[in-house]
Amino acid sequence: MTEVTMTVNGKSVTADVEPDTLLADFIRQNLSLTGTHVGCDTSQCGACCVLVDGDSMKSCTMLAVQADGAEITTIEGLATNGTFHPMQQAFHDNHALQCGFCTPGMLISAIDLATKNPDISESEIRHGLEGNLCRCTGYHNIVKAVKAGADAMRG
Amino acid sequence: MSFAYHKAASVNDAASQAGGDAALLAGGMTLLPAIKLGLSDPRRLVDLADLGELRGITRDGDTLTIGSMTRHADVAASAEVQGAIPALAKLAGGIGDAQVRHRGTIGGSIANNDPAADYPAACLGLGATIVTTSREIAADDFFTGLFETALEEGEIITSVRFPVPEKAAYEKFVQPASRFALVGVFAAQGPAGTRVAVTGAGLSGVYRASDMEAALESDFSADAIDGITVPEDNMAADIHAAADYRAHLVKVIAGRAIAAAAG
Repeated sequence: MTEVTMTVNGKSVTADVEPDTLLADFIRQNLSLTGTHVGCDTSQCGACCVLVDGDSMKSCTMLAVQADGAEITTIEGLATNGTFHPMQQAFHDNHALQCGFCTPGMLISAIDLATKNPDISESEIRHGLEGNLCRCTGYHNIVKAVKAGADAMRG
Repeated sequence: MSFAYHKAASVNDAASQAGGDAALLAGGMTLLPAIKLGLSDPRRLVDLADLGELRGITRDGDTLTIGSMTRHADVAASAEVQGAIPALAKLAGGIGDAQVRHRGTIGGSIANNDPAADYPAACLGLGATIVTTSREIAADDFFTGLFETALEEGEIITSVRFPVPEKAAYEKFVQPASRFALVGVFAAQGPAGTRVAVTGAGLSGVYRASDMEAALESDFSADAIDGITVPEDNMAADIHAAADYRAHLVKVIAGRAIAAAAG
């Protein structure tokens, strides 16, 4: 076992983990934050995306020990006091989900993109979301939502 | 999968721990999926993540040096790279997806030498030098076969030096699910000569298209390769593309890369 300490959604957590524990499993099982989904488990679908020190990463393709000392944001860390993050509100307003399985990863990736590129274009959104697969929506409403969310984040 | 984990405290520490049943962990974008699929089964992982001296981008005259642990996203966003070798910044920005680019590193990519990876084409196409803990290796001597390199056991890549070219471009036809290159071509002219490096297609991995290079010596234009036929005998064939299709694509994508480099 190896001791890891990281900040998850603003709270410091310390735990002993096996070296082969995936960050996704650590988040879901040790921390009971099951909003981070594991879809393909082969680093293709992006449902498991979390922010690690501000960059979107696939938590199924990262070891918990690699996140030692990092600052992690999961889907549970986006809303404040029951109020949606502007990107969550934009997904709601634009009907950017159907089954919702990919949505936590989509939101994390979208927030990463919009934070680094506030005036993001449609083609930049499509390129930026290449690592997030949605099998329901056909992406159009997701792209609209990310644009609207980016505009709202800019204020 | 079951392994011990060691976070290297220095390059020397990493080198002393490497080799045998250990695997070096850079970004882990290939190694971790390979371990999860049972394709790789190391007993120990030696993590290079804390070695800040292996990260960073510097330009000294006509040489651009990229530390081996520099992530694709950092190469893509670097003003230094965009100014010196825009084709390299573009290549890095097209690897995998955003999440892969946030973790994957140049050293990890070339040490793995996946036959469809992008960076090997840039190294070969620009005539880069791979700097390791024990020596300097010319890209021409580095990539020795599918997932094979000239690296000895325990030898660690510390940086890659690229001579700044006069002209360079990278074009690829992506495999739409993985975003690896079905065929990728890096064409350049500069201090390392006229070079056309092809990834994704060759049976033995990345290679230089010497017939195209010869044709471009006197006339660096897409028209110069018109008369060249790419034989299908040395082309890879798999579920994604047959050998004749890859051979055809090599010429098409080379033409685009040469045209883009010629400007």
